[in-house]
Amino acid sequence: MSGFSVLLRRELALSWGGGGGPLLALAFYLAVATLLPLAIGAEPGRLAAIAPGAAWIGLALASLLSLERLFERDYEDGALDLLALGPAPLELAAVAKCLAQWITTGAPLALLAPVAAVALGAEVRLAPLTFAAALVGGVGFSFCGGIGAALSLGSRRGGMLIAVIVLPLFAPPVIFGGGAIAAYAAGLDWRTPLMLLSAYSLAMAALGPFAMAAACRNALS
Amino acid sequence: MIAALTNPDQFMRFSRWAAPLLGVVAALLGAAGLWLDFIAPPDYQQGYTVHIMFIHVPASWMSLFVYACLGGASFIGLVFRHALADAAARAAAPLGAGFTLLALITGSLWGRPMWGTWWVWDARLTSVLVLFLFYLGYLALQAAIDDEQRSARACAILALVGLINLPIVHFSVTWWNTLHQGSSVFRQGGPAMPPVYLAPLLTLGLAYMAAFGALWLVRIRAEVWRRRAGALALRAAG
Repeated sequence: MSGFSVLLRRELALSWGGGGGPLLALAFYLAVATLLPLAIGAEPGRLAAIAPGAAWIGLALASLLSLERLFERDYEDGALDLLALGPAPLELAAVAKCLAQWITTGAPLALLAPVAAVALGAEVRLAPLTFAAALVGGVGFSFCGGIGAALSLGSRRGGMLIAVIVLPLFAPPVIFGGGAIAAYAAGLDWRTPLMLLSAYSLAMAALGPFAMAAACRNALS
Repeated sequence: MIAALTNPDQFMRFSRWAAPLLGVVAALLGAAGLWLDFIAPPDYQQGYTVHIMFIHVPASWMSLFVYACLGGASFIGLVFRHALADAAARAAAPLGAGFTLLALITGSLWGRPMWGTWWVWDARLTSVLVLFLFYLGYLALQAAIDDEQRSARACAILALVGLINLPIVHFSVTWWNTLHQGSSVFRQGGPAMPPVYLAPLLTLGLAYMAAFGALWLVRIRAEVWRRRAGALALRAAG
């Protein structure tokens, strides 16, 4: 476990060191949430109806942002070769990377999500559930996105390719997360979609690292 | 037989006559199916638009079937590192994307008179759309990596990730909403469809299958030739 904590600390330090940690994703999220009423119109009734869903889709997009550098940085400077040679399996390094991504980007975004939702006109009572769903869904976004990031290693266009690969995989968490908030707003059963969202996130956290490690080995070969 | 076909030479000898044969079978079945389609009476509810179904339903069957073929070929290519399986996966993807697009377009054409709208965000339409996005992601990844071997393996990993995720996507989208009419062929207690419609549907389904088989073989052959040409060019240069 000590190897894992070293890996995790390294990832956290790197994400704070180069590029200002979560600030970029937070700024992006804020910008998307600002443009939305400009495009749709600022009537409170119309905006309030879509606010939770809009906050949620903005979250999914913002989670994509910093994925490009998740493996690319280590791939370029050769650290990924060292990680592959080291005693810890590459799967563990992938878990550390995605976990660090969740801590530095997913969790801050989850804090901002209810703020964005309420600013767009969602009811304040939806805020706690929005935060919880964003926090849980963030695990799924980060592990799912890691697969796309690892697969696009060594390709000519990084960011757009990751988005095209990963966004279809985001369909289930977007559905369950948005569904939980909508169900809560309508006074229906919101626990089931939240459970399903957690199940998806955990499944991705369990299976994703194997796909990421295989993709990294392939890129290094 | 399958084991023998993993040898590229054997495969080329087999596919030289199998591809045209399947093409002829596809043309004959397609002609028969279209004829059965034309003599079928208009449906009492759907009217003449029922004819679109004979094009649409087999295409949506094929969209999933081709993804299963893609996943199977990717698995073999990934586990056994078989070059021919890589070529097969590479060759299947654009065909699958084509079938999926055909299913989406014909479904939209059918939906306009029947539902009064080109597009409805219901469960089955949406999951076919996500399947199309999966194909697009696969093709994009394939095009983005220059090294052939690495591109094939990365694509194989993506295809398997997609194969695991497709049922989840389907479940989630079904959970999300359902308005599309239920499946009326594959269900307990036999098909809920009169034989006059079932006959052209199944005939055209087989025709699509044969057409896919023929096109797939032709594309794998082209892929093998392309690699041989590349190897010859390298040898000539070196």
